[in-house]
Amino acid sequence: MVKEQKNGKQIVISPITRIEGHAQVTIFLKDDDTVRDARFQVTDFRGFEKFTEGRPFYEMPGITSRACGICPVSHLLASAKACDAIVGVSPPKTAIMLRRLMHMGQLIQSHALNFYYLSSPDLLLGMDADPAVRNVFGLIEKQPEFARQGIRLRKFGQELIEKIAGKRIHSSDWILPGGAKWPLTKERADYLLSNLPEAQESALKTIALFKKWLEGFDEEVENFGNFPTYYMGLVTADGGLEHYDGKIRIMDKNGKIVAECIEPTKYNEFIGEAVEPWSYMKFPYFKPIGYPDGAYRVGPLARLNVASYCDTPLADQELKEFKKLGKNGVVQSTFHYHYARLIELLFCVETAKKLLEDPEILSEHVTSKAMVNNYEGVGVAEAPRGTLIHHYKVDPQGLITWNNMVIATEHNNIAYNMAITQVAKKYVKAKQLQEGMLNRVEAVIRAFDPCLSCATHAVGNMPLDIKLVDADGKLVDRKIR
Amino acid sequence: MSIGTVKLKIDGVEVTVPEGTMILKAAKDNGIIIPTLCSLEGLTAYGGCRICLVEISGSPKLFPACITSVSTGMAVTTNSEKLKEYRKMAVQMLLAERTHICSVCVADEHCELQDMANQLGVDHVMFERNWSRDEIDSTHDFLVIDRNRCILCTRCIRVCDQIEGVHTLDLKLRGKDSQVIMDLDEHWANSCSCTSCRKCAKVCPVGAIYIEGEPIGHTKRKDIAEFILTRRNRK
Repeated sequence: MVKEQKNGKQIVISPITRIEGHAQVTIFLKDDDTVRDARFQVTDFRGFEKFTEGRPFYEMPGITSRACGICPVSHLLASAKACDAIVGVSPPKTAIMLRRLMHMGQLIQSHALNFYYLSSPDLLLGMDADPAVRNVFGLIEKQPEFARQGIRLRKFGQELIEKIAGKRIHSSDWILPGGAKWPLTKERADYLLSNLPEAQESALKTIALFKKWLEGFDEEVENFGNFPTYYMGLVTADGGLEHYDGKIRIMDKNGKIVAECIEPTKYNEFIGEAVEPWSYMKFPYFKPIGYPDGAYRVGPLARLNVASYCDTPLADQELKEFKKLGKNGVVQSTFHYHYARLIELLFCVETAKKLLEDPEILSEHVTSKAMVNNYEGVGVAEAPRGTLIHHYKVDPQGLITWNNMVIATEHNNIAYNMAITQVAKKYVKAKQLQEGMLNRVEAVIRAFDPCLSCATHAVGNMPLDIKLVDADGKLVDRKIR
Repeated sequence: MSIGTVKLKIDGVEVTVPEGTMILKAAKDNGIIIPTLCSLEGLTAYGGCRICLVEISGSPKLFPACITSVSTGMAVTTNSEKLKEYRKMAVQMLLAERTHICSVCVADEHCELQDMANQLGVDHVMFERNWSRDEIDSTHDFLVIDRNRCILCTRCIRVCDQIEGVHTLDLKLRGKDSQVIMDLDEHWANSCSCTSCRKCAKVCPVGAIYIEGEPIGHTKRKDIAEFILTRRNRK
């Protein structure tokens, strides 16, 4: 990572559109106007870790899940698991099944949001299309059936959450340290089951369509954040794809497992966090390698790279094809986050079916009661965007004394910067600056699906302010979209 | 007019009530509901929340209906534009005084302050908020007090004293600094008088006193004082 330099031209993209939250990209130019470096800067500051101090631990799922309106369930689960550890109990089996099912709903709705609403306008309408139509409305006009599938899939995911926990967003009333407050009724389970076939069909159709599109994106696959890093994700005891429980596995660029069966509680033994003065977001790295060479990626691409299998028939079939895209089964191109996301979408639909068909899901025993037994607890879950860790310390009364949240999006921070630099070097020509060039820089960030705050995304019409500044800091050119 | 009764007009309707009745009760007995946060059937009146302010013709002042008794010929207005504005202001002051964040509060959707704000159309707080950071006492086995959510209605103190009869709870300090305390400002677990009867949690209009792990909808029971008094009187 290149440090701050006073001289030199730079291009600023702020804010980046069609992502969740606010960020900007600054592209630094050399004297001959070629790209020297690019930085992904997060301009949000939230302060959750500080203002939760002094609150009772059982309020934490409700408070911390407010960090995000897109993936609140992942925060709820990581937080509830940290609280489970504080009370020192295992939730009843049905509560775990319900939490897992709710998480499937979360992953389905979030993946559908990224793919259909945020990313597919670039893929379907073209990177250079007019920004006025390169959005979800343009998509609806051009491919109404495709857009409908996306909207329906997202609805299905949200309904899964709502039928279990009462609300689509911020359903924190339902979750409880040690389990959940109420069981799932048969009527609701039947309703969800009746909607499953459509969801599965939509997921399959979209994967087939995406694979067709892929043929036209060879250049992007080659240049969109295509570089080696480490990969991190949760896996089951025998290496299967996992989002709720399991152990952490870390893999290197050659597919060699460099850390296996790591208890999530020991995350700080292998993840270090570096800080740069130009971003509010920390830069986590794989400790044994150091910063910045220990860059690793999380999220759908990383999860499919580290997982040996999915454990659902249709997703396993796709996983085999996916693994062929990379050497030794390790897929390096950030562009393939899209493909990985769709495979996970299918996996989640299949897993939801498996869970809903198990009669035990309707058991009424969902709560265990306990008081504070441990003064520290770590909870981990695979959020749509990657491994999410909540780590709390409490006093004997159960009031929070210390809180550390490692947000999924943070893990990819080094990789974002590597990816945008690669894309900017390939596509941005400062002498003939065009909107489509900068859109490619944004598109590679969209592929990661960062979630920078609970702010809802804009639909392609947020102002894009690009500044070209010369060596003396004078504004040479400016384009406002 | 029979002996011991008083005739007055409430919102233009002539009513007859026993002498000494408070306006709030007189109105309620005649089907007119005056909003309030601190008053509760079965407990003595306190006059702390100022939500039940009413107008009495002939006086420029506003009167709290819960502690103003009726008198002959009185003409009371319970619901004018002026009163609405004052009530809205009182609710905003309560919201500004401490830290009220409904979305992460245990009492969300079961809160009298929240209901009152909705009912009065309070969609913003015009005063600068204090954002209090008072210590939470969760030393008791199951009762918790979060003073950041307390609106100082003193229902808990009155129910503890008048119904349970132990007077564990009381107030310390004055004005906005007032705090509900246990015994001589002990941690709850160290209180030797508390019987853990839960009545304080049952009558708390907000999420200041609650039972850990219990859905607040199960805990709240506004009629507990009246219920117990009725049972006692049956003997």
